[in-house]
Amino acid sequence: MPDLPREAHALIDRIGERAGLVITLDGAVHDADLGEEGERAGVRLSRVGAHPDGEALLGAVQGLFSEADSSDALDDLATAFSADAIALTIPRGVELSRPVVIVNLLAMNNTDDSKGPALFPRTIVHLAENSSATVIELLVSGPGAALVCPAAELSVGDGGRLSYSVVQQLGGRTWQLGHSWARAGRASTVRCFTASLGGEYARTRLDSLLDGPGGSAELLAAYLGDEHQVHDFRTLQEHAAPKTTSDLVFKGAVGGTARSVYSGMIRMRHGARGGNAFQTNRNLVLSDGAHADSVPNLDIQENDVRCSHASAVGPIDAEQRFYLESRGIPRAAATRLILLGFFQELLARAEPAVQDHVVASIRGRLEAMSDEAAS
Amino acid sequence: MSVLKIEGLRASVGDREILQGVDLEVQSGETHAVMGPNGSGKSTLAHVLMGRPGYEVLGGSVTIDAVELLGLPVDERARAGLFLTFQYPIEVPGVPVVDALREALIAAGRSTADLIEHMAGEAGRLGFAPDLLLRPMNVDLSGGEKKRNETLQLALLHPRFAVLDELDSGLDVDALRQVAHRVEAARQESDPPLGVIAITHYRRLLDELPPDVVHVMSGGRIVRSGGPELATELEETGYAGYRPALDSEPTPLPGEGDSFLGKFSL
Repeated sequence: MPDLPREAHALIDRIGERAGLVITLDGAVHDADLGEEGERAGVRLSRVGAHPDGEALLGAVQGLFSEADSSDALDDLATAFSADAIALTIPRGVELSRPVVIVNLLAMNNTDDSKGPALFPRTIVHLAENSSATVIELLVSGPGAALVCPAAELSVGDGGRLSYSVVQQLGGRTWQLGHSWARAGRASTVRCFTASLGGEYARTRLDSLLDGPGGSAELLAAYLGDEHQVHDFRTLQEHAAPKTTSDLVFKGAVGGTARSVYSGMIRMRHGARGGNAFQTNRNLVLSDGAHADSVPNLDIQENDVRCSHASAVGPIDAEQRFYLESRGIPRAAATRLILLGFFQELLARAEPAVQDHVVASIRGRLEAMSDEAAS
Repeated sequence: MSVLKIEGLRASVGDREILQGVDLEVQSGETHAVMGPNGSGKSTLAHVLMGRPGYEVLGGSVTIDAVELLGLPVDERARAGLFLTFQYPIEVPGVPVVDALREALIAAGRSTADLIEHMAGEAGRLGFAPDLLLRPMNVDLSGGEKKRNETLQLALLHPRFAVLDELDSGLDVDALRQVAHRVEAARQESDPPLGVIAITHYRRLLDELPPDVVHVMSGGRIVRSGGPELATELEETGYAGYRPALDSEPTPLPGEGDSFLGKFSL
């Protein structure tokens, strides 16, 4: 096994027992190890080329989305250059009790901050009817330049339940252009959690499709930017069947001269009667040089649906800070408490190990930010 | 023993000078009640002492022992020994009481080892359900729970002086008695004993928290001071004899207007 960076060890330790572990190196599957529980139940975890369903898995979920949504030039680039993909399939009725962990090591040894590789890791997860699984993915890269275009295709069969988490802790000179597609069938649930912490420019597209009655999607993201980082999110909540529910909550904070962009679309297609869609994006702006944009959109083509969106951009609440300071808590610590509090409700909905990992990481980043501000 | 000394304190909000020269001296173990009509500047006094944003100090001095508080950041005033119980405690989403107290104790260089036990003990004394300590600060608490929470923090942080800004508002009789008893215990038992400035409209708090001195504030100044009997008198007569504060112009200093006009008159 290649040397794992500190973040990977930390996350793996927090997860504890797992159903499987995948290591990818520069976008190619290096090692895919499925535990005994999965083996016995007929779970498959391998390079897509070695998987019995083989190449048919590639693009299967992406192809369910309408042409305009399903791909852009960057996706075409990723499809053209993707060297490999990891495929996880869960048979009908199988419930994996422990998470599958995927660690993506990207350009770890590149120290040249002006020149680096373009890398295209890809993850495919298919859950058959009435199965359930938890997948936790980590993206890490070295200190040098890199272009990373991660793609994920997630499919949840009728009555299935998937929790998919991505912790993005890329290096400070990495650009990310990521795209995930998730679809959930009848009475199934998909939860996508993203923690966007690293990278110089990190774009994440997350498209969800509810194409079976009673299906639901929970789309969650936490992001923290400092220095000149950019976090850029594009989301789609597409409802194509009756009585489907999607709930999106994206929360972030930007300091330094960092920027964040959130642009999201709720689309209620014909046939989505009785659908519910919620979209919430809240941003804290920690410095004069930082900036956050929030752009919600609605496209409603059906009657008898309920959609709501809320977005907010603002500084740390001065009254909250005064209250904590009045207890003798120094400003930097008060700010840190308020920020962690801001993320708390969202993070409580993530997998416990992921929650602990992200809280620790955010806390460390905030301490470093306030040390910088103080020096 | 410590002394909190307020001298000639003047402060404004926007263009309005609300505190127009407050003088007040409190020794460790003393309770001073500050009463007065609405708008007389009582709450402003509390906010200015703690350093709330939005108030501008125009002059004067506030010291605990030899330490000048005006000009210090809010957290340093707290660590110098000042505590404010808020009339309207602020909700801080996602931040449990225990986390805030831990940070406060760390900043004060004090041990956090038995914090949970101490909190549970104080919660018991105050009739505050212990599970509320794990909930986010003041979020979804009733008015009474918020005031108990303020008192609990006061008890755990051991300030030298506490300013109680209408600690009694929104409390039923039982809750009032519990929080007042806890403050009174700190006044009697702490080392040094707690000094208290109790801002209130009502005598019922003072029945539980007997004052050494009662001050009447009006027009941004303390206009009268006396013993506990003054609170009784005020309850009977009201504030009719005291001018309302903010609706009237501040009294110019003698000669001030004349000399100004003398210089610039046409």
